[in-house]
Amino acid sequence: MIDLGPHAVFIIWAYIGVAAAVVGLIVWTVVSGWRVEGRIAELEAQGVRRRAEKAS
Amino acid sequence: MKGFFAIVGRDLRVATRIGGDALTLVLFFVMVGSIVPFAIGPDKAMLAKLAPGLTWIAAFLSILLGLDRLFRNDAEDGSLQLYKFARTPLEMVVAAKVIAHWLLTALPLIVASPVLAILLNMDMETWLRTVLSLLVGTPGLVALGAMGAAVTVSLPRGGLIAPVLILPLAIPVLIFGSSAIAGQQAVAATLFLAAISLVLLALAPFAGALALRVSEE
Amino acid sequence: MTVDLAPKPNWFARIANPSQFLGWTRPLLWPLTILTAIAFAVGLYFAFLDSPPDYQMGDTVRIMYIHVPNAWLSQFVYGVMAVSALGSLIWRHPMADVSMKAAAPLGAVFTALALFTGSLWGRPTWGTFWEWDGRMTSTLVLFLIYLGLIALWRAFEDQLRAGRVVAVFTLIGAINIPIVKFSVDWWQTLHQPSSVITPDGPHMPGSILTPLLVMMAAFTLLFATLQLKAMHTEIRRRRLATLERQRAAMAEGAK
Repeated sequence: MIDLGPHAVFIIWAYIGVAAAVVGLIVWTVVSGWRVEGRIAELEAQGVRRRAEKAS
Repeated sequence: MKGFFAIVGRDLRVATRIGGDALTLVLFFVMVGSIVPFAIGPDKAMLAKLAPGLTWIAAFLSILLGLDRLFRNDAEDGSLQLYKFARTPLEMVVAAKVIAHWLLTALPLIVASPVLAILLNMDMETWLRTVLSLLVGTPGLVALGAMGAAVTVSLPRGGLIAPVLILPLAIPVLIFGSSAIAGQQAVAATLFLAAISLVLLALAPFAGALALRVSEE
Repeated sequence: MTVDLAPKPNWFARIANPSQFLGWTRPLLWPLTILTAIAFAVGLYFAFLDSPPDYQMGDTVRIMYIHVPNAWLSQFVYGVMAVSALGSLIWRHPMADVSMKAAAPLGAVFTALALFTGSLWGRPTWGTFWEWDGRMTSTLVLFLIYLGLIALWRAFEDQLRAGRVVAVFTLIGAINIPIVKFSVDWWQTLHQPSSVITPDGPHMPGSILTPLLVMMAAFTLLFATLQLKAMHTEIRRRRLATLERQRAAMAEGAK
């Protein structure tokens, strides 16, 4: 492995922490999007429409 | 200017008429100081060292406690709506309320500080410096609190969130407030504290009025 | 023969419509994602495989490659929120609200990461995980302000009204940003002063500057991508709220 010097443990934990947080953010952002889209699809399947879309 | 003084007078009269609110806050202030020796031990030397910071914390918490009162009562009985359309600008109304609130909340605390000084083993010189730093710093805290109260006035349970909003911004005041009493550069810290208070006092009427205006439906 | 005489709205007004905004920006998402991934790959290569240990700090300089971008983002995201707040209050631009709300949790996480990585850097370098010096204290204050703003959003039921109130408070809290920025110049205590943007140019050698700049670009692209996606989700969430209200109204009417 690459030699990271005497304080390697700090470097590694820093990168692990940041990676975990970044991955967490990405997952949270994407999953929130899916949940909202799922809910919208559910409601639209039930026939709920926005006023603007009702057949005039 | 007539409207300005009228509002100050009104707030003072209303608060003393309902009665007890100012005294409750003073009681809270003294109680916070009293439980400290129970929590951290009665060692006199340690208490004396911590006393200035503890006094500031107690003052800060007491001010936070009384904040909700600032705009909520007016919002509930409709006076806030009248203020928005009165001839006196809303900014001046907010300024008047900040001053009245300081007289009602911070000033009694400063008057009660000797009690805390005795409980926390402050010597005379430290106590005098504490009073000075409170006099200089609490106007800034009250101004900041007014901004927080204005932002949360439209929330039914907004009283809980205002302290959370204000605390981060109050940290500089606390830092310099404590330094002004016990730090190495007490004079510089006091001047900084005064500067912060002045900036906050200048900002509060405008920010508070803006928050009150956008709070309505 | 008809002539369309209505003035064409400029792009600023056009993207105010949520569906227009969605339509215009959706194609940007995948390119942004790919760019971000590439930037991180290049940055990590430079950070670990192509840069030397610093002559003073040793290998811990590699922590700086993720600490500085997060610290920069913590302030930059607040800047984005502050500009959005102005857009919301002055121009009442609907996308300004959405932008403010989407940015808040992102900024909070980046600030937390800045504090986390800074702490891990401080231990080997200065011997302590935490010190109450100007830069660290004001960054902690920044983190608390982010959390307060998120709490404020959640306290309101009507998110449209919330937007304007949160905008006011965002601007009040903006006082802290110059303090964070200049705290290292005003208080010469622990955290080092600016070394990248100084009047004489960067104080760092190119081999250290390169990974730093690439990682800063990578993180900024990450924020841009996440922000865009979060704004889309927020727009759809508002549509969802309308639909749910519609459904409740329909249920009422059917009774």
